[in-house]
Amino acid sequence: MEPFTLLRAVAAPYYHADVDTDELIPHRFLRKPLAAGYGNFLFHDKRRGAGEREDPDFILNREAYRRAQILVSGPNFGCGSTREGAVYALRDYGIRALIAPSFADIFSANCIQNGVLPLTLSERDVRSLCDFLQAQPGAEITIDLPAQTVSTADATTYRFDLERSRKIRLVEGLDEIGITLKHSQDIERFEAAYRARLPWLAPARGTS
Amino acid sequence: MMSTTARTLLKKVVDLHAVARNDDGDLLLYVDYNVVHEGPFYAFDGLAREGREVARPAQTVACADHYVPTTGRDKGTAGIKDAEARDMVERLRQNAERTRIVHFGIDHPQQGIMHVVVPEQGMAHPGMVIVGSDSHTCTNGAFGAFAFGVGASQVKHVLATQTLWVKVPRAMRIDVQGELAPGVSAKDLALAIIARIGMAGGAGAALEYCGSAVRALSMEARMTLCNLTVEAGARSGMVAPDEKTFEYLRELPYAPRGADWEAARSFWQTLPSDPGAVFDSEVSIDGSRLGPMVTWGTSQDEACEVGSRIPEPALIDDPGRRARAERALAYMGIAPGTPLTDIAIDRVFIGSCTNARLDDLRAAARVAAGRKVRIPAIVVPGSRTVKRQAEAEGLHEVLLSAGFEWRDAGCSMCTGSNGDLVPSGERCASTSNRNMEGRQGKGSRTHLMSPAMAAAAAISGRIADVREFIGS
Ligand code: SF4
Repeated sequence: MEPFTLLRAVAAPYYHADVDTDELIPHRFLRKPLAAGYGNFLFHDKRRGAGEREDPDFILNREAYRRAQILVSGPNFGCGSTREGAVYALRDYGIRALIAPSFADIFSANCIQNGVLPLTLSERDVRSLCDFLQAQPGAEITIDLPAQTVSTADATTYRFDLERSRKIRLVEGLDEIGITLKHSQDIERFEAAYRARLPWLAPARGTS
Repeated sequence: MMSTTARTLLKKVVDLHAVARNDDGDLLLYVDYNVVHEGPFYAFDGLAREGREVARPAQTVACADHYVPTTGRDKGTAGIKDAEARDMVERLRQNAERTRIVHFGIDHPQQGIMHVVVPEQGMAHPGMVIVGSDSHTCTNGAFGAFAFGVGASQVKHVLATQTLWVKVPRAMRIDVQGELAPGVSAKDLALAIIARIGMAGGAGAALEYCGSAVRALSMEARMTLCNLTVEAGARSGMVAPDEKTFEYLRELPYAPRGADWEAARSFWQTLPSDPGAVFDSEVSIDGSRLGPMVTWGTSQDEACEVGSRIPEPALIDDPGRRARAERALAYMGIAPGTPLTDIAIDRVFIGSCTNARLDDLRAAARVAAGRKVRIPAIVVPGSRTVKRQAEAEGLHEVLLSAGFEWRDAGCSMCTGSNGDLVPSGERCASTSNRNMEGRQGKGSRTHLMSPAMAAAAAISGRIADVREFIGS
């Protein structure tokens, strides 16, 4: 996984509450191989109208935001299904960080798995950041993950919190399975004791 | 009764499965069952690419449900017209065969929606940790399991290690007292809870449903309630196991037997939250005051009782919620102030992991008996097992003679990934779980409700109060 340290990039303000995974990528695209380029499907039904024509008003279709790598949005971002395709679509489009007052649990876990930073700021800070980005279309902002700050060209700096384990994983680009396999012995020991205690589970019954 | 060692059901299950802990207090939990559908093929691809094996094949269950057609099933995979959909079903079969995991494929006599198949096979036991590649895996919480959905990377992690790093959720208690009135079901209760606490009301929490109204629910109704937990932003919902749970499990294919049964049962009896166990938050609801619920907007908290009118967004104080309601009504094509029962419906879907079990089909058939539908209406049993049970009771005859279509098992019109779509601009009365823009097809408009209410809508051609049909 690509490590995440310092990101200076265009941020697109898209302040809506409860942006769900169906909006991020409609279900019908989830049968496509990753090679199809999931970035094309990001916000598909918002970005494109009849006959696949682009809606010129949609934020990511506006010239200033086409190369956005940061999306700023409302609370409960990523609610809905478990589909990791939503994160693949963001990542493939080029989005590396999301800023919102809150994220849906499963979605933020999926982000971490794919090197995308789900960054939370207070509702007030997110709104003021959106105001700034609306006033200065195409402005770049800087996310410093090791320092846990977001800063804008007008010298405003916001601090954010992130659990240590998540931060380390992103900064070092660590693979989670690798981390877990360091606990292989713990897992084996656990399993032996567990199966002895709940013998009706061992071995898990038949296959169909 | 207060005791410092009093634990919640959630805490007991989590403690039982904790393998290790990291600096942030996240736990590495042992996973009893990992359930997948056709979707997370990325997980199998990734595993193969990394040269890893499935650690415990007997503890992963694959269900073909999202992409299977609901007609022409005698032809098996060859009957899937769409090449990409066929490929999804076929790929799951290949991955299952290659990794030797349990597979309920398209031709399997017990095939069905993963959240219907796993419980009805007796795989979901009290006290288990169950994860699945679909957010409604929380359905299994009805048995007192800690069950939740994960994305494809985490599926891959479980495949490789049989464990998962989990941030232990807060424990939130939803206490429902009183008795649900006739015509009011677990679906209505769940929609009322979501309307009350909001779509993010359960964020970071596992809900435990308690109280006399919950105890009175059948196992199937508890599954409906737990299924919708994720729509309140919670990852998991649970009901403490009791005699109903044990009776339901007894004799199911994967339930323990003989001496094992007795041992399992006495263990399960230790799981309910101890008296005095402390919850991080609590919500009380009077179940006796609830009526049948219908969603009017594009999120599940935009719901109200069938006798009411569509709210006026102008009266909503919070600017964010107001804007959202305005956007929802514009998409739904409904004017504020319209009585719900004035809204004409174009088609009806009775199905999905929320409401396609035997109890649900019985409720729909009771309303349909001796009446005729006015609009296209399909009934899609949650599994082939449910379908056979329903046919043994003659429910299909009641539904067919009322003009409903009687389909084969799968997710169907819940997301339409198999091609069962609601055409753009059409309005669907649906027993499924999501009503966001485009959920049932681009431009589709969804009103969520219970199976009995959906049957009443099919017969009326508009949203109708089921209580007028059941002769109360
Ligand atoms: S019925 Fe709907 S919600 Fe349930 S598993 Fe299938 S697609 Fe997901």
